[in-house]
Amino acid sequence: MEPIERYRPIVDDFEAFRAACDRPLPSAIRVNTIKATVEEATEALDEAGVAYEPVDWHDLLFVLPEDSPGANWPYFHGWIHGQEEVSAVPATVLDPQPGERVWDACAAPGTKTTQLAALMDDEGEVVATDNNLGRISALRTNSERLGATSVAVTHEDGRNHSLKPFGGETYDRTLVDVPCSCEGTIRKNRDAFDDWSLSHVEGIAGVQKGILTRAVQATDPGGTVVYSTCTFAPEENEGVLDHVLGDEACELVDYDLGMTHREGITEWEDEEFDPSVAKAKRIYPHHNDTGGFFCAKLEVTG
Amino acid sequence: MSNDSTQFTRLPETAAEREDEGRATREEVLDFWSDRFGVPPETFENHTFWERGAGKIWVYRGDPPSPVDVEGLGMTFLRTRQEHWKPTLEAVQRFGEHASTNVMHLSEGEAAAFVSGYDQELDWDGDWGYLVVTHDLAGRTEPIGVGLYVYGELRSQVPKGRRRDLDT
Repeated sequence: MEPIERYRPIVDDFEAFRAACDRPLPSAIRVNTIKATVEEATEALDEAGVAYEPVDWHDLLFVLPEDSPGANWPYFHGWIHGQEEVSAVPATVLDPQPGERVWDACAAPGTKTTQLAALMDDEGEVVATDNNLGRISALRTNSERLGATSVAVTHEDGRNHSLKPFGGETYDRTLVDVPCSCEGTIRKNRDAFDDWSLSHVEGIAGVQKGILTRAVQATDPGGTVVYSTCTFAPEENEGVLDHVLGDEACELVDYDLGMTHREGITEWEDEEFDPSVAKAKRIYPHHNDTGGFFCAKLEVTG
Repeated sequence: MSNDSTQFTRLPETAAEREDEGRATREEVLDFWSDRFGVPPETFENHTFWERGAGKIWVYRGDPPSPVDVEGLGMTFLRTRQEHWKPTLEAVQRFGEHASTNVMHLSEGEAAAFVSGYDQELDWDGDWGYLVVTHDLAGRTEPIGVGLYVYGELRSQVPKGRRRDLDT
């Protein structure tokens, strides 16, 4: 059985879902408000002859129907950055405020990190962690081009994140956009399913549990943690939330999202999850013509 | 997973607080941007300055205890410990809008050549040395990066990895 078939029981209009997974995904960009306004960025795109279309749920996102971002003036100046629509969801949901301390637990290559810094008007502190030096180099390049002066980069495994370099201070908010089986990226990454195996899904779910656990521990009581993946696998989504809800002082909270989505599922194969995982959101490719995504918002209670 | 090469040390405020003779002070860094480019010191009032490696200065919005053992702290900002201090392209793009002296404004064609990495013979009656290079973009004057002006020539200092062919 091909992996995608396992989602037939949970996805409405499964044939439309399958067909959407087979279609390529157009390029999209986010306007970087550290360096320019939407009006300035779109005027610069006009001057460069680059076509763009607005996205209805997010003022700073535009789809580029003809071009890929990169070889134009607004990109060179860091006024725009390539970012898929669904990839903009978790930082938007985390909603960090200027002056706060925020941890981005799996940060490279920095698309969401720089979005966090921009949401904070580049005021405050975004600690961006990744365990891969090559990807950290991309993270640093991106945050420099986008002019983010509030990003500090640490090289470590998010499961063992140390607060020591910053004097032991915990965080107001944490973004946990974990490494995953990436099933939801199939539209831009045609081989996303080539190496798929259930044992890989289960193995990476263990890593995800470890990172989300550390995130809850490193965030202040009353603080917010957002957990996200770009996969459909319940083992990596609701299953990880269920595990951490049982072990750590946190609870899932409701949030608004202006994209069509479905609730988190509370049953999968022979497992039942904590009923509150329904507050998480599943984003499917055929509903908004995007990639696939999963996003949950938690409040730390302890 | 970290080692000493990832250590950032905060710049001392003034020469009186300096322990490493070669290390720049915050005061000197502010004076440099103000004297050379007319960037008011208050532009950086919410930022801290850090050195990692000899003469590589970084600018950061946060205020952690020094030293900090991390891979990156804000953005690279300035090269000191050489005869002429040199701002980075990133610093000029981010803070160069406040510059009022030693700013060279290029036409579209000249700007594209500059970003491609070409040196150009251009008239300039100001100081020789490092300049903030600007062009017009979307109705505003936008800093592109750092140029070196000597002997009637503007030499592009755009790092190889940042060069682009932006002819339209």
